[in-house]
Amino acid sequence: MGWSASCINPFPASSHLLVAINMSKHLKSSQIPLRKQKRAWLGNEKARCVLAYYGLQKPPYELDALEPYMSRKTLEMHWGKHHRGYLEGLNKQLAKSDVLYGYTMEELVKVTYNSGNPFPEFNNAAQVWNHDFFWESMQPGGGNEPILGLLQQIEMDFGSFTNFKEKFIEAALSLLGSGWVWLVLKRNEKRLEVVKTSNAISPLLWDDIPIISLDMWEHAYYLDYKNEKGKYVDVFMNHLVSWNMAMLRMARAQSFVNLAEPKIPVA
Amino acid sequence: HKGNIICITEKSTVTFTRKEDSKMALRTLATRKKLKEGLGLGFQSIRGLQTFSLPDLPYDYGALEPAISGEIMQLHHQKHHQTYITNYNKALEQLEASMAKGDAPTVVKLQSAITFNGGGHVNHSVFWKNLAPVREGGGEPPKGSLGFAIDTNFGSLEALIQKMNAEGAAVQGSGWVWLGVDKELKKLVIETTANQDPLVTKGSLVPLLGIDVWEHAYYLQYKNVRPDYLKNIWKVMNWKYASEVYEKECP
Repeated sequence: MGWSASCINPFPASSHLLVAINMSKHLKSSQIPLRKQKRAWLGNEKARCVLAYYGLQKPPYELDALEPYMSRKTLEMHWGKHHRGYLEGLNKQLAKSDVLYGYTMEELVKVTYNSGNPFPEFNNAAQVWNHDFFWESMQPGGGNEPILGLLQQIEMDFGSFTNFKEKFIEAALSLLGSGWVWLVLKRNEKRLEVVKTSNAISPLLWDDIPIISLDMWEHAYYLDYKNEKGKYVDVFMNHLVSWNMAMLRMARAQSFVNLAEPKIPVA
Repeated sequence: HKGNIICITEKSTVTFTRKEDSKMALRTLATRKKLKEGLGLGFQSIRGLQTFSLPDLPYDYGALEPAISGEIMQLHHQKHHQTYITNYNKALEQLEASMAKGDAPTVVKLQSAITFNGGGHVNHSVFWKNLAPVREGGGEPPKGSLGFAIDTNFGSLEALIQKMNAEGAAVQGSGWVWLGVDKELKKLVIETTANQDPLVTKGSLVPLLGIDVWEHAYYLQYKNVRPDYLKNIWKVMNWKYASEVYEKECP
């Protein structure tokens, strides 16, 4: 997640400014007011500085790469309007003060959540993070099953991959209102679980490690599937979910959670 | 519209001039019959379980164009509202069964399904009455006591609309924005509720007007631009209904 600051000066040659300043020193003696001289030199416009705090990340595939399961129109709207809207909203809020500067997006989400009493920036920051995570949780030619360690962990924690799939789908369909469904690695319990959250909430907030997510806000599927949530969830599980990304995330998670540690009961 | 419809029942022959009335009457007859049978057969409960069915819209699906498209109205009514009703009936049956058994944990667990689906039914039933085609008075500003109350409470109708639109646009996720009247204080209030929570959950309030800001209510037409939907829905707002309800609460 980049943090970039760029000052866009509408007058590209900054040498103009320097020259103006120099000129003014000369002209002071001729008693032409500095301000007037500046205005004559730079025109009637004030110099505007535009700062961008966070950049919008593109999904790791073309917008039509997920057809026919998720249409280009949906990607254009979902990424181009909703996700971008959250990001631009966040940048606008951050322009007001520098209290929240210098965080990565993940840190910003946790900080603005403020342990349950969220700041106004929380909704935007959390949704930006959630959508970045969501795009990366999908790929063209996705679906099927994971392999190697992730499959083993799923079979250990859910009994079988089919059982996990059923649980995930059930969570998605029983979610009331807008929200997300996650496959998450619980840090303390050291196991994988399916979790559903409302609105912008994510498992980051209780320090767990998300592995896969599914957006169940209506805007994620309405253009393609209208009210048929079941179809959307099936298509996601069978054709879109990126187990490659899940395995990467699982591998990274194991630097933080020691899954090989034997569960010795405490006396 | 399509001529008279004649219904012949056990007791009498009744003529309906509107298809909607005949449909609704038949449906009421059907549920009443079920109730009688239920009571007669097994005395399974002290009172029969009242189930719910989809109320008809008092106008065609396309009658609210261009403010709300016919496609949205049809999906909203036939799919979304119907699903809430189906799931509400299911939850009520499960509730009745678990209450009869004294199964407290199940009773408590069903509450969220009842609030969500029952709320969805209650809210949408009000919503259909809140809207009217332009040629039937949709969009006509309120007169009488409600108009006066709006001017007193908010300054002007425009101010009320602006405030409701701002609150509606600010709802995060899914929910509703309401113009309600406080039964005790007899004051007009603007409130928002999350998901399908009905207005009664916010106090002793009676809904006069509600605007559905779930994405399914506007997405196909307005995409992500919820403010445009909020601006346009006032063109088909049924102030007559709101005035009736207000005059009943504040005579």
